[in-house]
Amino acid sequence: MSASGANTGGFCPPGGCGSQGILVFRAGVWNNNPIAVQILGICSALAVTTRLENALVMGLAVIFVIVLSNLLLSLLRTATPRRIRMIAEVAVIATFVILVDQFLKAYYPDMSGRLGPYVGLIITNCIVMGRAEAFALHNRPAVSVVDGAANGLGYTIILALVGLVRELGGTGRIVFGERTLLEIPGYVPNHVMILAPGAFIALGFLVALFYALGLQREQEAHP
Amino acid sequence: MNDTSALVIFVAAVFTNNILLTYFLGMCSFLACSRRFETAIGLGAAVTFVLTSTTILNYGIYYGILVPEAPLCAMDLTHLQYIIFIAVIAAFVQLVEMIIERFSPRLYHALGIFLPLITVNCAILGVALFMVTFQFTLFQAVAFGFGGGVGWTLVIVLLTGLRQKMGYANLPAPFRGVAITMIVTGVMAMAYMGFAGMVSIQ
Repeated sequence: MSASGANTGGFCPPGGCGSQGILVFRAGVWNNNPIAVQILGICSALAVTTRLENALVMGLAVIFVIVLSNLLLSLLRTATPRRIRMIAEVAVIATFVILVDQFLKAYYPDMSGRLGPYVGLIITNCIVMGRAEAFALHNRPAVSVVDGAANGLGYTIILALVGLVRELGGTGRIVFGERTLLEIPGYVPNHVMILAPGAFIALGFLVALFYALGLQREQEAHP
Repeated sequence: MNDTSALVIFVAAVFTNNILLTYFLGMCSFLACSRRFETAIGLGAAVTFVLTSTTILNYGIYYGILVPEAPLCAMDLTHLQYIIFIAVIAAFVQLVEMIIERFSPRLYHALGIFLPLITVNCAILGVALFMVTFQFTLFQAVAFGFGGGVGWTLVIVLLTGLRQKMGYANLPAPFRGVAITMIVTGVMAMAYMGFAGMVSIQ
């Protein structure tokens, strides 16, 4: 379902990539953004974005999992038989997700409670599996780490944007831990933004915005 | 322990706590497979079947082996729940696919293509994890799994109808496809909020 920027997409023809790192990084964060362009990993993008703080923690968790699983799977790419690669991917990803979950439970129990089962659901997050399948299994470890970090960052940026819109629209302020970072005076909170419909609508508009920007870029490239 | 009746949990899973519209689970296949009616129904049936069966299997494994007071193993292995649940789901889907392919080629053609997709459908793993969070009994867990599947099917079928109607609308280019589907789902979630307060499972 990739709409635009496919020319600089995650793939690189064998033997034909110069400054591959930068290209891969730009594709992951912007041109081929996992959520807004490829429409992957929507579940958690909708579920944990009631607050900006939750969205950022979830983003960090996904970056950690995706970077390490890309690194390990890329190192194992010649040793993994093709037929069992899916099981290998799931096992590696699940291991890192367990690490994140145990870490959050031990050091940030309230955050762990707020994210609930969605930390465990990183295992079935299509972005992590998608990068493993489409990139890490065909590329060298260093570049796979860059790809993982870029896609994780692209995911985090979208989550943060949706979280910002929803928290600000739903409560009129941004709260981090105990501190209020930003408050709109006299704003009447629109509770629907915090509830489920707000998530769908905010992300829908964001996807449309990215698509419009992609269209504009294509028109500039081929007038 | 949670002492809500299984029937209430079933109704809640279909309407007030719909796995798609309130827990956002199973979005990927929801967006990809809501163009044609037959596809939506087939996928819905497959999800409901796998969801109900794997909930029973995962319940047995979680309370039989993983928890510290389990009869089969006295150690606390709950931190392994993710890896065990996903392995059970993947193995079960593979097994069902092989059985259907061997014994009912017609059903395989109707349903078989959707089965591999289901392994990575987060609704299946999500329901297993909610079963643990809500501390359901076996009967309640089955009601939640089955209700979740029925609720998911209902929403995907409704959305397919709306998308077919929307095919005739003249939308601005950036909204075509995913964006408008997401916004329509948001409006549907708002309509489903009308059910809130009818029953509750927490």
